[in-house]
Amino acid sequence: MASLGDLERSVMDLLWDSAEPLTANDLRDDLAALGTDAKELAVTTVLTVLARLEKKGLVERERTTRPHRYAASSSREDHTVGLLNDALGTAQDREAVLARFIGGISPDEAASLRAILDSVKSA
Amino acid sequence: MIGSMLVWGLAPLGDDLISALHGGWLLIMGDPSVPDPGEVHLFALSAALLFGFHLVLTLIRAAWRISRQRAKHRHLLRLLSNPSQTRPNTLVIDHDMPVAYCVPGISQSVTVLSRGLLTQLSAEEQQAVIAHERSHLDQRHDLLILAFTAWHEALPWLPTSRLALDAVRQLIEMLADDKALEKVNRHTLLKAIVTVATAAAMDDSSSKNHSSSAGLVGMPDGEVSSRRLQRLLSPQDPLGRPQRALVLLSTIMLLICPTVLLIAPRLLDW
Repeated sequence: MASLGDLERSVMDLLWDSAEPLTANDLRDDLAALGTDAKELAVTTVLTVLARLEKKGLVERERTTRPHRYAASSSREDHTVGLLNDALGTAQDREAVLARFIGGISPDEAASLRAILDSVKSA
Repeated sequence: MIGSMLVWGLAPLGDDLISALHGGWLLIMGDPSVPDPGEVHLFALSAALLFGFHLVLTLIRAAWRISRQRAKHRHLLRLLSNPSQTRPNTLVIDHDMPVAYCVPGISQSVTVLSRGLLTQLSAEEQQAVIAHERSHLDQRHDLLILAFTAWHEALPWLPTSRLALDAVRQLIEMLADDKALEKVNRHTLLKAIVTVATAAAMDDSSSKNHSSSAGLVGMPDGEVSSRRLQRLLSPQDPLGRPQRALVLLSTIMLLICPTVLLIAPRLLDW
């Protein structure tokens, strides 16, 4: 049995790759098709994972249909950009990650440094 | 600062720190035999206690907030990144911008690299970046930063708190650079820094306006002001043994001397 974290990831991958919202049953079938260890998966487990993801704002639920259908709240690319903003951005949460590689180097300095390195190379 | 207020506040209560602390304790417990230290001293004592609590509380709050942010970041990483095929504890995110950073954690720290970094940097330059990040994690630089961030947050109006935070930020980068230099040569590390920094600057200027890109083109021989780059460009010989011993000794004395002097009267009595 895959861990809950792995399951969250598989569910998100399926939702991101799917053109339209999916029901928990669809997801269960897709997960079962993906790997052997997901065969025993119950729909309730998928619903638990979906509820967790919804609470975290990663998944949106369409309540107009029965059964409810689920879709990713934003694309994989958007989330990646958000993640990078966390790491590099001017946002306060930059503390979350430690010192990125170029910490404390301004664009101007990068340019002068490049000029210096180029001159060393050509000399 | 807290120490001086504490000591001055306690001064009327005893001849040395230990008996004064004892006197302070009796005073709090309402012992009538303790002489009244007077309002000014009481005020200093209360201020010292308040500042002390304030510092500790801010530290706890900052630690809690940062650990929550990290948990959130880690969770997103889990959904969005793939473990590196070749390197342990390394995640790769699917983005063209060359980026490297690390997320420290109690149980497991990870280094995060972007696909852009892996494609735009040579194998040697990648090694420099990874050695740099790994040393941040190995030497627990996050704890240092946490302590100084909390201090700055608690006393934002105190200029030294900002100066200390900036200095510590620069120093940990230098430490990590030194570790990276054990693996690769100076030129490789500098090239890696330039590639990553330039890409970040381009991204910055394209997402905002083009004012900073004009600066990029316009000042090819501008000054390299940060100490981190200066010492990479023109390395200086490390301090000799006597100088190092002297610095270390003065640091220790600075810590020990006041404490010993405060307890000294009692030591002499024995």
